[in-house]
Amino acid sequence: MPKTLNRRDFIRISSLGLGGLAAANPIFDWLSGSVMANESLQETIKRIPTYCEVCFWKCAGWAHLNEKGDIWKLTGNDNDPHCNGRFCPRGTGGVGMYYDDDRLKTPLIRTEVNGKQTYREASWNEAFDYIAKKMKKIADEHGPECIALFSHGSGGKHFGRMIKAFGSPNITAPSYAQCRGPREVGFFATFGEGIGSPERVDIRDTDCLVLIGSHIGENMHNGQVQEMSDAIDKGATIITVDPRFSTAASKSKHWLPIKPSTDMALLLSWIHVIINKEWYDKKYVDKYTFGFDELKEHVKSFTPEWAYGITTIKPNVIRKTAKEMANAAPSVIIHPGRHVTWYGDDTQRLRAVAILNALLGSWGRRGGFYNPEKKKIAKLDLPKFPKPKKTWRDAFPGQFKLAGLALASGICDATIPTVKRDCSFKGWIVNGTNLISTLPNQANTIEAIQNLDLMVVIDTMPMEITGYADVVLPECTYLERYDNLRVSGHREPTIALRAPAAEPKYDSKPAWWMAKELSNRLGLQDYFPFETEEEELDWQLKKVGLSLEEMKKIGLKKFDRQYDDLYPLEGLPDYEFNTNTGKIELYSTSMEDEGYDPLPNYTAHEEPPTDFYRLIYGRAPMHTFSRTANNPNLTDLMDENKVWVNPKVAKEWGLKNNQEVWLENQDGVVTSFPIKVRVTERIRWDSVYMIHGFGHTDKRLSRAYGRGASDAELITKSNIDPVMGGTGMRVNFVTFLTEAPTKGAA
Amino acid sequence: MRYAMAIDTKKCVGCSDCVVACQVENNVPIGHCRDWVIEATSGTYPDLSMEFRTERCNHCTDAPCVRCCPTEASHIVDGGIVLVDANECIGCKACIESCPYDARYIHPEGHVDKCTFCIHRVEKGENPACVSVCPTKCMYFGDTDDPNSEISQLLRKRKWKTLIPEAGTKPNIYYLT
Repeated sequence: MPKTLNRRDFIRISSLGLGGLAAANPIFDWLSGSVMANESLQETIKRIPTYCEVCFWKCAGWAHLNEKGDIWKLTGNDNDPHCNGRFCPRGTGGVGMYYDDDRLKTPLIRTEVNGKQTYREASWNEAFDYIAKKMKKIADEHGPECIALFSHGSGGKHFGRMIKAFGSPNITAPSYAQCRGPREVGFFATFGEGIGSPERVDIRDTDCLVLIGSHIGENMHNGQVQEMSDAIDKGATIITVDPRFSTAASKSKHWLPIKPSTDMALLLSWIHVIINKEWYDKKYVDKYTFGFDELKEHVKSFTPEWAYGITTIKPNVIRKTAKEMANAAPSVIIHPGRHVTWYGDDTQRLRAVAILNALLGSWGRRGGFYNPEKKKIAKLDLPKFPKPKKTWRDAFPGQFKLAGLALASGICDATIPTVKRDCSFKGWIVNGTNLISTLPNQANTIEAIQNLDLMVVIDTMPMEITGYADVVLPECTYLERYDNLRVSGHREPTIALRAPAAEPKYDSKPAWWMAKELSNRLGLQDYFPFETEEEELDWQLKKVGLSLEEMKKIGLKKFDRQYDDLYPLEGLPDYEFNTNTGKIELYSTSMEDEGYDPLPNYTAHEEPPTDFYRLIYGRAPMHTFSRTANNPNLTDLMDENKVWVNPKVAKEWGLKNNQEVWLENQDGVVTSFPIKVRVTERIRWDSVYMIHGFGHTDKRLSRAYGRGASDAELITKSNIDPVMGGTGMRVNFVTFLTEAPTKGAA
Repeated sequence: MRYAMAIDTKKCVGCSDCVVACQVENNVPIGHCRDWVIEATSGTYPDLSMEFRTERCNHCTDAPCVRCCPTEASHIVDGGIVLVDANECIGCKACIESCPYDARYIHPEGHVDKCTFCIHRVEKGENPACVSVCPTKCMYFGDTDDPNSEISQLLRKRKWKTLIPEAGTKPNIYYLT
């Protein structure tokens, strides 16, 4: 740390003096009121339980109402293990979602005026009738399976029920094939269990946390960030592998600035060292694992010297860090990460992570991976769902055999008709996911959409995807609705309630009501037997000895564990794993059976051509995907992204801090907007870095439009994971355009 | 009694939750803030170090803003908390000029505004909003005159620094390093 810090070198993440913006801000009046600031302090008159919807972590908390009965602030529920009473900035800033006056306000139907397509405002009845008619037509002509639901959020549960009742099994979320899918498959193949969410990592009690490209602290997965802080307090060793000097890297004892795309070589080398030096947990490996000898033979040549040539990580550093892990074992976590769709061999990379954990005996032990428990709640008493005649899998015969969930990218691809396939999708229902920013290759997504007979988008905000819809339905925010109970697995099981803290603004409605109304029109009313969502929740809560009334008071109910098996392998009891061999499969028989490598191998990936840099993208703690980019409270903390450029590269190109550039990728695609340069030592010279979720092109997003640039635009290429269909997206390369391109939105 | 804050830079991840929590709690207009986060990086790749700091009014014991205020709008109350009486403030900005920490801004209503240590919460025995929300629990608030307080113990146990001590204002925000 320098003794004297030059203030001019600092970056004010959240800066003072944006006064010019304040006047134009619609929620300014609400925030400042007409009284003097010091006299306008508010009091909590009432609080209503909720769980957060700004990200998937779903922290339970409270919406506080002020004297006027308006939503004032949001705070965490002290009893919730997801947040321990402390919301993250996005949760705290969730009020901005409610007050954002760019919200979708009324149902919209695509129409044509004088040969030009536009939207007209419609009543809910009109919108539902339109959708029901088109859905029935698609079912009659092609089968109900040709309608797919894309969802990322609580509303998906309700529309999922509707579409299953309609006869389609094709429910998908980009959180699988564009995010955590390879991790679930890699760990399932090894331990017979996946990781789930929140991750079952015992960070709080670990002695050594190894992060591979996982930027905890920038990804603000609340409980996990909190536990990393606890681990720092307790003096745990943190090892971070990242081409970028991430926040986590700055908290680490060892930062391994790896050459991007070579992580597999490092993992194999760590496995080599741990086996060759006999630093693995012999008793655990003998008792629980299958295929140790094959693994030992397989990694024989993967020496640190071999890995050095590939990863640029020095052999002594590889040995030293392996020793750190072994010293801490079994209280060690080689973290499986979350967004792991990088290079197309991601399931295999996550297999290597799983194997390393198995060798160190961390699975099922304190300070490693715990066994989460979920409260069982009664399923609604519904008629049986019809049996579908075909699924998305039929579009991919012989491929992605270990995919556990439907692939968002796969359904998108299978919407573009080809002669080979008879099951092209004809209808999309999209809820709470901006597929334009989420799926790789925007041109492909847009082409797929052009082939649809029906596209319905349900969202709170006019995200880009809404512009492609035939019908847009305005969903109210999570602060204005009930939703399904949050039933989550953790060290202790919990149930959390989301209740409305305000009436829905404008003509927006809750997803449950929309799904029920649509089901009524589709003749599926029996699948929504309750008149209101309150009755449905009360019925479910009474089955576990609670009631809606009680839950409205406490918000969250914590239960005792039914089984005393938080660390089931502590003391090495007999244990049967959910794998073919009943053992932890270092050598995967399920992978072998399906024709995939039973042991992970290193594959060299394509490198950037001259004057191009690998595009790495990630998260900022105050934003979630592109979902928050227009939130007034959160844009106030960060309203644009910048492209991180190493000073050596900046010098070569003559780039200065805050200079605007356009980025062009290997396929000649140029960003719609310029992006400011951030010259920083925190990134390697062969890569550039951007925060995902900026550069919005929809002018209805008044705070987000044209702010920064979109990494999603530049991700035209992806490497497909043969095991489960994940789309590896860190395979795109970009170069700088210092002059405005002749075409484009500039 | 001497209220102070200690911030553990080893734990802060710079998430800015403290900033948004303060804005919501205190009706700070969008576009302004009473606290903010600094990221300071030093070194060259790959030999780097980085520190995040959440910054705000230092509630200086020898506060130049109070000394230079012509209307006594800037004043010190029990516990050493520096406050601005919005009704007395004429918006002359002398205090803004005098503050070495750049901690004050002109509220759109014309008066100066800044961190109050959430005195309205502290009076009720609660922590300031920023401290109570921090996901990493890197912030500590308490009485440095009480040798048994958590903050006093931390300042004895850990290495710490203050910002711009050479300004001689005796700041009361400590950074644990």
